[in-house]
Amino acid sequence: MNAPSITTAGQTQAVTRAFDLGAALKDSLKTALIMLGLSIPILAYKTDQSGADLFLTPRWGLVAIICAIVFGMRLVLHAFTASRAYRQATPSSHQATEPVHAEPSAFQHVSKFAIPFFLGVALCFPVIIYLIQGGLNESRYWVDLGILILTYVMLGWGLNIVVGLAGLLDLGYVAFYAVGAYSYALLSTTFGLSFWICLPLAGILAAFWGMILGFPVLRLRGDYLAIVTLAFGEIVRLVLINWVDLTNGGAGISSIPRATFFGIPFTAGEGGFAQTFGLEFNGMHRIIFLYYLILVLALITNFVTMRLRKLPVGRAWEALREDEIACRSLGINTTNTKLTAFAIGAMFGGFAGSFFAVRQGFVSPESFNFLESAIILAIVVLGGMGSQIGVAIAAIVLVGGPEILRNLTFLQAIFGSGFDPNEYRLLLFGAGMVAMMVWRPRGLISEREPSVILKERKAISGSLVKEGHG
Amino acid sequence: MRWLQDPILDVQHLTMRFGGLVAVNDLSFQAGRGDITALIGPNGAGKTTVFNCITGFYKPSEGMVALRKPDGSHLLLERLPGYDINWKGKVARTFQNIRLFSGMTVLENLLVAQHNPLMIASGFTFLGILGIGGYRKAEKEAIEKAKYWLEKARLMHRADDPAGDLPYGDQRRLEIARAMCTDPLLLCLDEPAAGLNPRESLELNELLLSIRKDNGTSILLIEHDMSVVMQISDHVVVLDYGTKISDGAPVEVRNDPKVIAAYLGVADEEVEKVEAEIGA
Repeated sequence: MNAPSITTAGQTQAVTRAFDLGAALKDSLKTALIMLGLSIPILAYKTDQSGADLFLTPRWGLVAIICAIVFGMRLVLHAFTASRAYRQATPSSHQATEPVHAEPSAFQHVSKFAIPFFLGVALCFPVIIYLIQGGLNESRYWVDLGILILTYVMLGWGLNIVVGLAGLLDLGYVAFYAVGAYSYALLSTTFGLSFWICLPLAGILAAFWGMILGFPVLRLRGDYLAIVTLAFGEIVRLVLINWVDLTNGGAGISSIPRATFFGIPFTAGEGGFAQTFGLEFNGMHRIIFLYYLILVLALITNFVTMRLRKLPVGRAWEALREDEIACRSLGINTTNTKLTAFAIGAMFGGFAGSFFAVRQGFVSPESFNFLESAIILAIVVLGGMGSQIGVAIAAIVLVGGPEILRNLTFLQAIFGSGFDPNEYRLLLFGAGMVAMMVWRPRGLISEREPSVILKERKAISGSLVKEGHG
Repeated sequence: MRWLQDPILDVQHLTMRFGGLVAVNDLSFQAGRGDITALIGPNGAGKTTVFNCITGFYKPSEGMVALRKPDGSHLLLERLPGYDINWKGKVARTFQNIRLFSGMTVLENLLVAQHNPLMIASGFTFLGILGIGGYRKAEKEAIEKAKYWLEKARLMHRADDPAGDLPYGDQRRLEIARAMCTDPLLLCLDEPAAGLNPRESLELNELLLSIRKDNGTSILLIEHDMSVVMQISDHVVVLDYGTKISDGAPVEVRNDPKVIAAYLGVADEEVEKVEAEIGA
């Protein structure tokens, strides 16, 4: 990063004079012209319909305002970069004596407090929401949101094994989610198997499909692997749509049996959950149970992943990400190692899928499109590949953030009553992603934690850790 | 010529073609058990190709690469899948451009090298994940072995640092230590002294000699640094344009006119004489 500056006087002077107003104005003017060019097709005319006729309403005033804004912002950007370059080029008197990277890393900051904090919040979440909202029915929306976030946390953790640890770029992870969901849906509606039997079966089936995908694609690397996994995701979705006899096609499978409290159904009548435990019947019991179910499933995913990292297979995954050729020279069977990564990642996707089916009570191919894969991958990349806590934070931000934006109605007071923050969700989402990649290009938590230590625990800087080549 | 009496590696008529290019042409040589054998030659002579054939990164177009186990049985390396050459054949190698797991610590690098025994100890992950079986004990032993090699490569103080942070000379030694953690019978080193200063080069010599003495590992090395080759090797094989031009003890090879011609070239008036000598 900031290399200790060995600046000569001449360089310093060059930088002090660097803010060249004339050049900055010229560049800003150019940018404004580009904006003007772009505005002509996009902004300058608005089509208004009056009866059957279409009118073009010119909006040159708006174009002028936008161009002026772009001009001003470009100028400010120039001033900002020039002053920053000046500051970096003139070393402060402390700089020479200060050790580089002496401050604790982001990982150490976060992991010390964040892990117990997040775990505590996650465990008490329904209680907190109950107390804040003042009633079970009122807290329904928030608990549902919690379930949604935790589902993505679990999917992120599952994909993290494949992408973060083994370094295999998988764009079709949602296929395993779909396999898990349809496994539960079909097994329970056809054979009447209970959720607790179907859950491991769904995981095994997804792992099996992970292996089936793994075999042909293991020769591929990088972009080619990404494209084939993407295609696999689409194939699974298209098969689900078109194999109408088995999957009921695009109409999906409905009336999937609900989850039971280890055999006790959440019903109002005789023998139901509420009656057995002497509670007043409330539909929220089931929702809260589902919340804790996905929390436990997610924590199991996390526990297994942490454990695998300390086992030879986990180290081999990471070694594979770092250097596949060196792995082979050390006697590691790279094919099998990659297959286990695919299979175990897929298994957790399958678990999450069967949870999805039991929560919704309805599955259709529409739920498993490419966007889902993209979101899960974005969670992993944004969180920092390989970092468990980073992935959890990214899932909260990426899934919870847009939902919270829905509720920012107070913004209407600022932008007028016609303002709907919901419409800007994706815009802000995109802007946030760009900002993240500018400031923390290796994800929220890029440091890698060693799996074994001899004397002293040191986090490994993200710049040394490789992303893998597929 | 004791390498003919008890060879650990017997390469016979090895040929490697890439399309029309013949990188190695009908090469035969033996490496003696307990010897340090050097493979030298000018740039592009095909030394690394020979290494890649021995260690399974290339499948030879023709020929045989046989490893003689201590009990006298032969193992044909060219028939094994690449990863089994290390595990079954007990041949380990390093790379010309260092290939460490740079984002993993020095200790982790040495544990990855012990993947196969640890994998068995962890019951192929199934027992390890449940926390039953002897994995914990096996891991402790693996760490002890790693410590032995850290001590030997003088990297103990850097054990918890990422391998990518190490200076160049340390990385070279770590790569050798990592290869040795797989308990090889034959250690193949691809230019271990490249980029080292004279002092580091001397330390490397000591390390290699002690590996041979204490661990009984035979060493096959490619090297350009003649101070290393002449000081420590027992047997030198010289390649030029994929064919063997000389084979013998270091002193013999050093005075071989063919080797001198290949390395230094010859004056115009001598070309015919040398050509007659080498039979070109």
